[in-house]
Amino acid sequence: MTEIRIHGRGGQGNVLAAYILAQAAFEYGKFAQAFPSFGPERRGAPVTAFVRIAAIPIRRYCQVTQPSFLVLQDHALMHTPGITDGLPANGRILVNWSRRFEPTVGRDGHEIVVIPATTLAMEYLGKPVPNTALLAALITLTGLMPLEALEKALALRFRDQMLEGNIRLIHQAARMVPAGLWKETADARGD
Amino acid sequence: MAIEQTHDVNELRRRQPAFRGLDAGHLACQGCGQALAARLVTEATGPDIVIANATGCLEVFTTAWPRTSWRVPWIHSVFANAPAVASGIEAALKMQGRSTKVVAMGGDGGTFDIGLQALSAMLERNHNVLYVCFDNEAYMNTGVQRSSSTPHAAMTTTSPPGRERMGKRHLRKDLLSIIAAHHIPYAATASVAYPSDLRKKVRRGLAIDGAAFVLVHSPCPLGWGHGGELSIEVARLAVQTGIFPLVELERGSVASAMALRQVRPVADYLKLQGRFRHLFDGSPAAAEELEHLQALANHNIELYRLRADTPGARDSEGADTVRRGGLRWA
Amino acid sequence: MREAIEGSAAIAKAVAMCRPQVVSAYPITPQTHIVEGLARLIADGDLRAELVSVESEFSAASVVLGAAAAGSRAYTATCSQGLLLMTEVLYNIGGLRIPVVLTCANRAIGAPVTAWNDQQDSMAMRDTGWIQLYCADNQEAVDTTIQAFRIAQNAELPVMVCVDGYVLTHTLEPIDLPSQEQVDQFVPPYRFSRALDPRNPISIGNLVTPEYYTEARHAHHRVLIRARDEIISADRDWAAICGRAWGGLLTVDGPAEARVAILTIGSVMGTLLDARQARPELGPVKLIKLRSMRPFPVSELIQACEGLSDLIVLERALSPGGGGIIGAEVRSALFDLPSKPRIHSFAAGLGGRDMPLEIYARLLERIAQPEPAQFAIFDLELDRLPLQER
Repeated sequence: MTEIRIHGRGGQGNVLAAYILAQAAFEYGKFAQAFPSFGPERRGAPVTAFVRIAAIPIRRYCQVTQPSFLVLQDHALMHTPGITDGLPANGRILVNWSRRFEPTVGRDGHEIVVIPATTLAMEYLGKPVPNTALLAALITLTGLMPLEALEKALALRFRDQMLEGNIRLIHQAARMVPAGLWKETADARGD
Repeated sequence: MAIEQTHDVNELRRRQPAFRGLDAGHLACQGCGQALAARLVTEATGPDIVIANATGCLEVFTTAWPRTSWRVPWIHSVFANAPAVASGIEAALKMQGRSTKVVAMGGDGGTFDIGLQALSAMLERNHNVLYVCFDNEAYMNTGVQRSSSTPHAAMTTTSPPGRERMGKRHLRKDLLSIIAAHHIPYAATASVAYPSDLRKKVRRGLAIDGAAFVLVHSPCPLGWGHGGELSIEVARLAVQTGIFPLVELERGSVASAMALRQVRPVADYLKLQGRFRHLFDGSPAAAEELEHLQALANHNIELYRLRADTPGARDSEGADTVRRGGLRWA
Repeated sequence: MREAIEGSAAIAKAVAMCRPQVVSAYPITPQTHIVEGLARLIADGDLRAELVSVESEFSAASVVLGAAAAGSRAYTATCSQGLLLMTEVLYNIGGLRIPVVLTCANRAIGAPVTAWNDQQDSMAMRDTGWIQLYCADNQEAVDTTIQAFRIAQNAELPVMVCVDGYVLTHTLEPIDLPSQEQVDQFVPPYRFSRALDPRNPISIGNLVTPEYYTEARHAHHRVLIRARDEIISADRDWAAICGRAWGGLLTVDGPAEARVAILTIGSVMGTLLDARQARPELGPVKLIKLRSMRPFPVSELIQACEGLSDLIVLERALSPGGGGIIGAEVRSALFDLPSKPRIHSFAAGLGGRDMPLEIYARLLERIAQPEPAQFAIFDLELDRLPLQER
């Protein structure tokens, strides 16, 4: 079972990102579960969402305490105390950052990959919503599913221009990260 | 026995059977204004209604299991929810494509106080419901406790006069203004002393496609402290003093007001009722309260322009069909 | 059709397929997505119904009472504070035996002020005279919702379908949504035997004196107990149509030779299933899922507990000053048996506290102690309290 934790602020669509990722896994024939970290609705607060992906039905409803992968929708979140709690030694972090650098090992010893997801979103969608670019980067890095699965999930939620823009966006995002860099990690914790 | 043919209009009117939606055999007190009002309301509505009734005297004295006095479909749920239950019935009948009208009924307790929220919401959503409030100015069913409808200075068990108090401290809630603020198609006040006027207003409210509200002044001999035979006289005086104006509102604006051919002093109304007895002990405090109540009446007369210039067929004398012998003309 | 869908969205679709004519609700997290889903279906013409957006839950319950009494299928959803605000009306609906369906998106009750999941709310309503069914996952929530509309109508009793708030309502997972044809085959057109109708006027909600009140209560109690037959047959008949059965009133999962069992209710069952699979070395353990809380399945429980040495009751609520709620009812049900298991009554996961996989092993460890736990809050962290409160 692969477990992923997504960090973002309220209004950035990170719960939606979790849902889309789970739907993409389902379109690819896997079992998946996605849920938000629960709390009263408000904008701006650091919200967390979770995704589980497995080859067999997922029956548990407990929290994800040891995710293999973190996705940060906002690079400033890296400074939040405890942001990497539960991430094991070989856990990986994908960060939305307009600063470009090669995959690098962070303070806690976790490998960090960055992608300018907001910049891409502005270019392809005209709106600063980084989540689809981040998802594309994540699945490219991990090899969890092909890009087509993500396309199908996007088609469930978006239409016309927004869908076209998102499709082009995810292909571009996929080109901007090393494919399969995290495949080993994904396979080790997967089924 | 053969029925004699006649072309006499008054006789024909007398013979015309009235629909008894609320029939005899209930357990109301002698002279109960609310029982009379409820009967008059169902005469005007006819049988094609469903009633949602709040907790109160009316529900208690008409439906002691296994009997009921109602000849129309009727439901009682709890104290505060008659308008909401009515809303649900209305929604259902609408979905079923039926034109049966919904009539919600409540006393002043269920309307001014505990049910106000549900009433406001029903009006805001403009459900196709006629709400009738039988206002006897206190929680009578539970033993005459004050409600927000109780008049200033009136005695109730929770606003008794004494060395420190002159009866109810607070002014009677101006519910009509609250109703007016909802801008519903039709709202009116009515009185059991003017049954033709009451029936007319009920029919008007029922004919509205949307929310309508009628407030019926209903004396309670037990709670107000007068004989049952005086209920109509007391109700009439409430109108003739200006204490209880009979008006109609359309979308919050006054559309009509029953003019007062002869304005009576408020004391004439108050002195018939035991609940105001303490205002007639000659003390300065009592005199002050009488002045307050007269001022309230004067304010109503000014506000609704109730003083009649000339006699009219629909003024407080012209509309007084009861005093003229009770012939129905409406 | 199988799709990855949010629990709330799936429940909304299931409700819509049962063709309610009147839906009324007041927003309360985490029920909101269910009602929003229904609002969208109505706005798009996919559901023909009146949505009465009321000013409080008290009125929501009243609206569905009136609508159902007037002959239209009616539905509402709420939880926690909202459910409690409806209390008076829920008792009224129960006593009048009006067949409405309500989804309770189980949430804890303040004080302390909370927005998170436990089952205190629906447990507090167990005396209202409603049928209460609990769902362990979102597929069960969909199927039980559909069954509820039939059960309500056939038993002429209101049904409360309990679904863990957030944990189920806000979780997206693969769910098989039935077709409209399947639902139409199963849920009959709405009919209420005592409908308010000018063509046959009756009075509902009369004043009942001491002379008759007791008999009315007996009749209600009896009908609620007999509703077990409707619950069982609905589950069986729905399974014949869609292929999924949920065990009627109670299920037992585990090897026949197991002497230890954990009885629980709601979504924690899934966690225990995964935990048990991951820890086979801890020995054979039966997992008993309580599906119907009202009527309480005494005979099924007795059968499930045959031969057990230890029964752990794990619930998501408590009665302060008393102890476990389900624990007490289980003890009472088993009391007269000549041979009964040691009963360990625990509450856990209160106010949304997570119940991790590890709870399985810790429960089994705890019962190894000589004294059975009369009642304890299992996941208590005493060091979070000042000394005098421990």
